[in-house]
Amino acid sequence: MTENEAVERDVMEYDVVIVGAGPAGLSAAIRLKQQNEDLAVCVVEKGSEVGAHILSGAIFEPRALNELIPDWKDKGAPLNTAVSRDDIYFMTGESGAFKMPGLFVPKTMHNHGNYIISLGKLCRWLGEQAEALGVEIYPGFPAQDAIIEDGIVRGIVTGDMGLDKEGKHKEGMYTPGMELRGKYTLFAEGCRGHIGKKLIRQYELDNDADPQHFGIGIKELWEIPAEKHQPGLVVHSAGWPLDLIGTGSLGGSFLYHLEDNKVAVGLIVDLSYTNPYLSPFDEFQRLKHHPVFKQYLEGGKRLSYGARALNKGGLYSIPKMVFPGGALIGCDLGTMNFAKIKGSHTAMKSGMLAADAAATALKAGGQGADVLESYPEAFKASWLYDELYRSRNFGVFLHKFGALIGGALNFIEQNLFGGKLPFTAHDRKRDHETLVPASQAQKIDYPKPDGKLSFDKLSSVFLSSTSHEEDQPSHLQLTDASIPIDKNLPEYAEPAQRYCPAGVYEVVEEKDGGKRFQINAANCVHCKTCDIKDPAQNITWVAPEGGGGPNYSAM
Amino acid sequence: MKVLVSVKRVVDYNVRIQVKGDGSGVNLDGVKMSMNPFDEIAMEEAVRLKEAGTAEEVIAVTIGGDKAEEQLRSALAFGADRAIHVKVNEEVSPLTAARILKAVFEKEQPGLFLMGKQAIDDDNNQTGQMTSALLGIPQATFAGELKIDGNKATVVREVDAGLETIEVDLPAVVTADLRLNEPRYLKLPDIMKAKRKPVETVSMADLGVEAAPGLTVTKTSPPPARAAGIKVKTVDELVAALKDKGLV
Repeated sequence: MTENEAVERDVMEYDVVIVGAGPAGLSAAIRLKQQNEDLAVCVVEKGSEVGAHILSGAIFEPRALNELIPDWKDKGAPLNTAVSRDDIYFMTGESGAFKMPGLFVPKTMHNHGNYIISLGKLCRWLGEQAEALGVEIYPGFPAQDAIIEDGIVRGIVTGDMGLDKEGKHKEGMYTPGMELRGKYTLFAEGCRGHIGKKLIRQYELDNDADPQHFGIGIKELWEIPAEKHQPGLVVHSAGWPLDLIGTGSLGGSFLYHLEDNKVAVGLIVDLSYTNPYLSPFDEFQRLKHHPVFKQYLEGGKRLSYGARALNKGGLYSIPKMVFPGGALIGCDLGTMNFAKIKGSHTAMKSGMLAADAAATALKAGGQGADVLESYPEAFKASWLYDELYRSRNFGVFLHKFGALIGGALNFIEQNLFGGKLPFTAHDRKRDHETLVPASQAQKIDYPKPDGKLSFDKLSSVFLSSTSHEEDQPSHLQLTDASIPIDKNLPEYAEPAQRYCPAGVYEVVEEKDGGKRFQINAANCVHCKTCDIKDPAQNITWVAPEGGGGPNYSAM
Repeated sequence: MKVLVSVKRVVDYNVRIQVKGDGSGVNLDGVKMSMNPFDEIAMEEAVRLKEAGTAEEVIAVTIGGDKAEEQLRSALAFGADRAIHVKVNEEVSPLTAARILKAVFEKEQPGLFLMGKQAIDDDNNQTGQMTSALLGIPQATFAGELKIDGNKATVVREVDAGLETIEVDLPAVVTADLRLNEPRYLKLPDIMKAKRKPVETVSMADLGVEAAPGLTVTKTSPPPARAAGIKVKTVDELVAALKDKGLV
C-alpha cells in the first residue's frame, strides 16, 4: 500500500484462481471445467487482451492439445502450417555455414507432425474455448501479489490503477485492486513470474533444485516475397554470431515459414553469456545479414518485434511445484523442454496435471489449505516427466562443452541412448554470476543497422505496440539506486544498457559530467531479462498498471 | 431522461497499423480491437449524467459483427444499463450507420444521443452529423463541455478558432471531443456485473433499414516512407541542393 489509509477492496471468491492466460493457465482452466463444470474458475491476465503478451517461436507439438481438446481441428484451432522440412545449420562466420546432414540431427529436433504457429493466436483460441466452458477471463488485470494468510496462499490481489509517479492517488482516477480469493491458486505467469519468484523464495521451493537457467528470445515477424516463401520450412542454426566451439555466448536462431508469406525469425541467447559488452539485440540484428537468413528476408517487410525470457534449466532446475493452497505451472515452474526448444505442450500438460489435482481435491471437499501433492505425483508418472528426463542433460552439455561438442554429446544421448545416458550433468552457476569484469572483456563493435534487414532498438520497440501509462510508479524497481552507476558501471560497463531488448535502461551523461541511470519503463516489453541478468540482482520487475506492455498480435 | 450512446469496435489505438501486402486493406489478423476512444468519452459523459441524477437510463448501441459484443460489454461495465447490438457483418458506411442509429433513436426516444466525434479507424467524422440531419434534431459536435438544463443543453465546442458555446434544444446529437472528460478505469466488479446485463440483438431488417449505396475502397496504402535527409556544410551547398531539387 502506498498511502496510509486502509484500502477497501472488493472481494470475489472462486474455487480456483489462475494467474496468467497463457498455454498453461488456459489449459488448466479448461481442464478444471472439463472435470467439473460447476467449478468457479477465474483467470487474470496482465496483457490488454489474451495473447497480447504471448511471444514464442513457435513450433508446436500437439500432444497436450490432443489430450485436452481432441477435436481441436473441428473447433478451428489455429494450427495451419504443418512442418514440412527441418534444416539445421552450423554457422561458422558471418557468411559461412554448413548444413547438418539429416542423419546427424538429434531426435529432439525432428519436427515431423508438429505445426508452425503463432502462440498468441493459439492462446486467443484457447481463451475462447475456456470462456465457452464458463471460465471467467479478465485481461488487463495483473495479479500484483499473492494473498498469504497463516502460510496459506488464499488467492491474489489485482493491481491498483490510477497511481501517479510517486505512488499517490490520482484525483478521481484511483481504483484499488480487488481480492480474488480461490481455494486453490495456480500461478502461470510464464518465465520468471514476479509472484512465482517470491513464492519460490518464501516457501523455499528450490532448495533441492539446480539453479534455473534462462535465455532471452528475440523475435520478429516478417512478410517475405511469395517466391521465397516455403510454408512449413523450419530453419535452425547454432554458432555465429554466438560461439560454436567456446562457451562464452551460447544460443541458437530460428526461421519458420508460416502461412500467408509470413516468416518468424529470431535468436535465443543464453543468459549465461560472459561478456558484459554482448548485446542480444544487436547479435540478432547482424544475424539477419547472414546468407542463410538473408536469402529469405531480403525484399521482405518487418511487421512485428518482441522479446521474452525463457527457462532452459530443464528437469533438475524445476523447483517444488506445490505449497499450501496453490501450485506453479508452465514456465512459471520451468517445464520448457529446451532440447526441443518447445515449452508450449509441456506448459499445457503441467497445467492439466495441476488442474486434475485441484479438481480431485475440491471433489473430496478440499478447502484449499492443503498441499496438492497429487500434482507432483502425477507429473512424475506422466510423459512430461519422461520427456524432460530424456532432455535433462542438453543444456548442461552446451554450457560445459559449447554448441558443437555439446551438441554432438546430445546427439549421442538422444539418438543412441534414447535420452537415457546413465548419468546426469549439473550446472550450478547462476546466470547473473557469469559476467567477467568489463576490464577483462573485449568490446564488441556491432555494425550499424541498414534499415532493410537490421534495425535500431527504438524502431523495433515501436513494432511491439508497447504502451504504458506514463504517470505511474516505475514497475522496474531498484533495491539500491546507487548500484547501477557506482558498481555496475565501473565493473561491468552497466550491461543493462545492452541486455535489455527494448532500450529501457540508459546511462545518461549529465551537464556536470556526472552519470545518471535512466529507466524508460514505458518501453518495457515484459521480457524479464533485467530481473534475471543484473549481476547485482538489484532490479525487480513488478507488474505495471493493468493493460500496460506490448500488444502483440500474432507473435 | 434516457441517454443513448453509440460505440464502435475499432483497432486499438496502441496497435501499429499494417497495410496488407496486396493493398486490399489493413491487417486485422489477431489485432487487438477496442472501443473507439471518443466513444469511451461519450460513454463516460453519459454515466456521469446518470450519476449526477440528470439521466435515468443509459443505453449503449453498436453496429457490427458477433465480436462487437465485447465493446458493448465494456459499455455496460462503464455503467450503461442495457445495450442494443445491431448485427451487421459487412462494412458499414457512415450513411448506413446514421440510418441504423436513426431507427434505434426512434425506437428508444432518448432525450440525448451521445457519440464520439469520429472513429479512429476511418476518421470519417460524419455519422453524428448525418444522424442529426436524418432525425431533424439539433447537433452539437466536438463537445468539450456539456451542461444539461431542463430540455436545453449548453455545449462548449472545440473549433479551429478556439471555443464556441452554443445552446441546443433536446433531444440533440452531441459528439464528444477529447477534452470532454477522462474516462474512468473499468473496475473488475463492474466488468463482472456487465456480463449479466441485458443485450438485445437486432438486425437491420428488424429495424427496417436498408444499406446506403456504399463507398468502394479501391486501394489502401501506407504513407510514403520519409527519405533520409542530407547534411550540408555551407550555405552555398544548401542553395545548390535546393536548386538541384527545383525548390528555389
